[in-house]
Amino acid sequence: MTDLPQPITDWFTSRGWAIHPHQQDMLDAAQSPSTLLIAPTGGGKTMAGFLPSLAELHTAPRDGLHTLYISPLKALAADIKRNLRTPVEEIGLDIRIEDRSGDTSYTQKRRQRAAPPHILLTTPESLALLLSYEDAPRIFAGLQRVIVDEIHALADSKRGVQLVLGLSRLQSLAPDLRRVGLSATVEDPKAIAAFLAHHPQPTKIINADPGPDPDITMLQTEEAPPWSGGGGRYAIPAVLEQVKQHNTTLIFHNTRAQAELFFHHLWLANEDKLPIGIHHGSLAREQRVKVEQAMVEGRLKAIVCTGSLDLGIDWGDVDLVIQIGAPKNVKRLVQRIGRANHRYNAPSKALLVPANRFEIVECKAALDAAKEHDLDGDPRGPGPRDVLCQHILACAAAGPFIAEELFNEVTTAGPYVNLSRADFDRCLDFCATGGYALRAYDRYQRIIERNGKWQLRDPRSALQIRMNIGTIIDTEMLKVRLKSRRGGAPLGEVEEGFAATLTQGDTFLIGGQIVRYEGLNEMTVEVTRRASDNPKIATFSGTKFATSTQLSQRILRIFQQNDWPDLPDHTSEWLKLQRKRSKLPEPGRLLIESFPQDDRHYTVIYGFAGRNAMQTLGLLLTQRMEQQGLEPLGFLSTDYATMIWSLQPVVNPASLFVLDNLREGLEDWLAGNAVMKRTFRASAIIAGLIDRMTRGQRKSGKQATFSSDILYDTLRKYDPDHLMLDITREEAMKGLIDFGRIEDMIARTHGAIDHLQLDRVTPLAAPLFLEMGRVPIKGAAEERLLVEEASALMAKAGLE
Amino acid sequence: MRSFGFCGAELIALGSGALLWPEQSLLVVSDLHLGKSERIARRSGQMLPPYENTETLTRLEADIDAHAPSNVLCLGDSFDDLNAGHALSDPVTEWLTRLMAGRVWTWIEGNHDPGPLELGGTHLAQQSVGALTFRHIADLDACTGEVSGHYHPKASLHSRGRTVTRPCFLYDNTRLILPAYGTYTGGLRSSSAQLQTLMQPDARAILTGASTVEIPMPRV
Repeated sequence: MTDLPQPITDWFTSRGWAIHPHQQDMLDAAQSPSTLLIAPTGGGKTMAGFLPSLAELHTAPRDGLHTLYISPLKALAADIKRNLRTPVEEIGLDIRIEDRSGDTSYTQKRRQRAAPPHILLTTPESLALLLSYEDAPRIFAGLQRVIVDEIHALADSKRGVQLVLGLSRLQSLAPDLRRVGLSATVEDPKAIAAFLAHHPQPTKIINADPGPDPDITMLQTEEAPPWSGGGGRYAIPAVLEQVKQHNTTLIFHNTRAQAELFFHHLWLANEDKLPIGIHHGSLAREQRVKVEQAMVEGRLKAIVCTGSLDLGIDWGDVDLVIQIGAPKNVKRLVQRIGRANHRYNAPSKALLVPANRFEIVECKAALDAAKEHDLDGDPRGPGPRDVLCQHILACAAAGPFIAEELFNEVTTAGPYVNLSRADFDRCLDFCATGGYALRAYDRYQRIIERNGKWQLRDPRSALQIRMNIGTIIDTEMLKVRLKSRRGGAPLGEVEEGFAATLTQGDTFLIGGQIVRYEGLNEMTVEVTRRASDNPKIATFSGTKFATSTQLSQRILRIFQQNDWPDLPDHTSEWLKLQRKRSKLPEPGRLLIESFPQDDRHYTVIYGFAGRNAMQTLGLLLTQRMEQQGLEPLGFLSTDYATMIWSLQPVVNPASLFVLDNLREGLEDWLAGNAVMKRTFRASAIIAGLIDRMTRGQRKSGKQATFSSDILYDTLRKYDPDHLMLDITREEAMKGLIDFGRIEDMIARTHGAIDHLQLDRVTPLAAPLFLEMGRVPIKGAAEERLLVEEASALMAKAGLE
Repeated sequence: MRSFGFCGAELIALGSGALLWPEQSLLVVSDLHLGKSERIARRSGQMLPPYENTETLTRLEADIDAHAPSNVLCLGDSFDDLNAGHALSDPVTEWLTRLMAGRVWTWIEGNHDPGPLELGGTHLAQQSVGALTFRHIADLDACTGEVSGHYHPKASLHSRGRTVTRPCFLYDNTRLILPAYGTYTGGLRSSSAQLQTLMQPDARAILTGASTVEIPMPRV
């Protein structure tokens, strides 16, 4: 057992604290090349990470950078700095602690490079930037430890991938570097351990006592939830009642739009004027800071929020977490629940509020899974190549490199362990020449091999490479401001695409207020306050999570029960009726129902593959139906089903489900797909094909800049095998297109299709008729729309 | 395609963004910006897909094949800069030469390509044909019948929650502005201050694309 130096032990004693067993374990493992600590929130996780550094710096004081701490949030780094300085000062350690992020002043940054602190707290992007400077070897030469906080959140994103590439670089600059990862409860600690490891060295996993199980229940309301929809508005009185009974409540929503709507209606019903705030990523920074401040000071009874509050900062005395809408993913649910009650040994308390009848089953499945500690997670694919391209360019910005050495270094990082030399060379070629079949850029190569070393052809391009570092690609957002002569108060941001659909007089919700769209001034959406009851829904940031595979499987298993004593009567009656009239979907089979309604033929496919995959399935099936002359008119998808309506009945659905045909259809469809173009843009920016645009650049030079959609179309036409298109396809398959889950669904059911032809709509299908988001089958539709609208406008203007 | 009358001339706006004047057997295209990717690579090191010349000339060839004009007029910014013009690859130069063969071909100078190249055809600052005057940038003091390019106008139409934005022709009683024909070109909204100043209140926009619909020029 490794003892803490006496002054540190004394400090613990003076506080009346004893070190936690997992903190001791971390001390004992201090020399391990790579260690992963899994601990619940409030378990002194961060301190466990830092204790070995404090001990080492006390025992052997030295100059230079000793420990690098990386967190996904700037705010978290700032928070840690405060929390760490207190013990360091009270113990009397001579340790300099500083943070570094995009907000750090230029002078401070320069100074940090010249004379690094003992402990530097930063973000993955700032680290990548530091590593791209020529003096990186000097800055990091003596680095001993790197601590990656909230590594579970980073491991699922490109930010995390960029970070571990950065670690591989650091390891070459400081061969003695030891890695530490700090993680919340995760489904597969080994996967996170492999992500962190310096391969082929192993990572040691330390599990802290997970503490008592959380107390999770489903909210029981007098009124049954509605048949469809996602807002949870029916539950507002019950939610207010809960807020009254607790100190501070976090009310989580799955989307920003739902959070806005719920908040709006919550306030209309809030007769006691309970102080309740709203927090999400589209709000102006000023607004968010205000809410965060109020929260820390304990002035708020409740806060309506989204994933923007998912990560780590301690918001004070939260004693209840309410999740509105089915959580879609058990792991996220458990992590959100961890936000309640930061006292280590008390159970956290949470309430699930199903938004509709189907979600009652989904919430039940999630409750069971949480109780059984059955967390879900998608296997992580191989490291994305767009991030690798950026890394190669950033390495070139730092100095000349040998391809062989960089390849060997990159393949020590978890996500790239299986990267082939051919794939690496293709990325290298892309960075050098653009990688085009038409080799047009030999004169303008970005990086070039001279005397066996790759380097920038033009050293000045280092600046441009550094400006493009980072993997977060914002959708184009426009600021929203109250209209006034002196530039009114900022309210937040909306997606450019959403702003484009607004016409003067339209109302929408932002920050809990209804505002009226007045016009676009420069790049700002100008609005006025408006007291009306029916805002046009704020559809900004429409990312909807898809229900995870594990949760979908659990729902199917619940369907197989003979009876449902755990479910409310209205729900179990509904399922029984479905069983009587039709069938309940089974895990190993695919249920398809067909029935007539309103002179059309409806076909419902209960694929349970999650929203994105079901949406893709709808598009592909309607395409096949078009070919078969079934005249599809439109379709609609939810997490569990796709409903298609057509003029001709579907008689032989098996013929629609031939995987090869679907795959072929996918290729055609992808050509013009907006999702693909968005995916392409993001990857093209990350890989350095196109520059990140600043606000200022977007304001000016409109003629000179053109949409990345044009590049995508041109590449598809003239260079279909180009690396960027490969990357785009790979990304889309696992992201918004989610074709992988369609393939899984077909594999899972082995073509065992139960096709029931019925005379009327079934109980399970009925709620689908109330769902939003119908997709009309397009084609000639856009042109027809244009012609109609144009003649209407001309007539209105009194022309022709 | 859409026919419209402008200063006594019967013109046709093609969905591709080209302008056709059947009476004069004249095809006009503006802002081809050939050599754009080469220029961007030379200037900033960015290596965009080098296929825009192929794509632009493919469309131009299709328009020429379809309408067999005796005269072709390129309304300026035909090349992204003079160096780009000089640096065109041999296949592109040969392709252009083939298109020019047997027709009267006029290059109007633009701000990007203010001088002549070794390609054939006539190089002019501006040209008058009948009642119309063709120049690259609209002249605020011009009299009637001016046809120009330069601004890359585009316009949006909102309908039932959808917005369609397309490059467009803008015209009023005295002035006609062509959309950019080149593949790697962006657009300037018809609501921008510059275009609002140039065009009269009753100006109209013809959107490119399959339907070439005509609408009052969007002002906001």
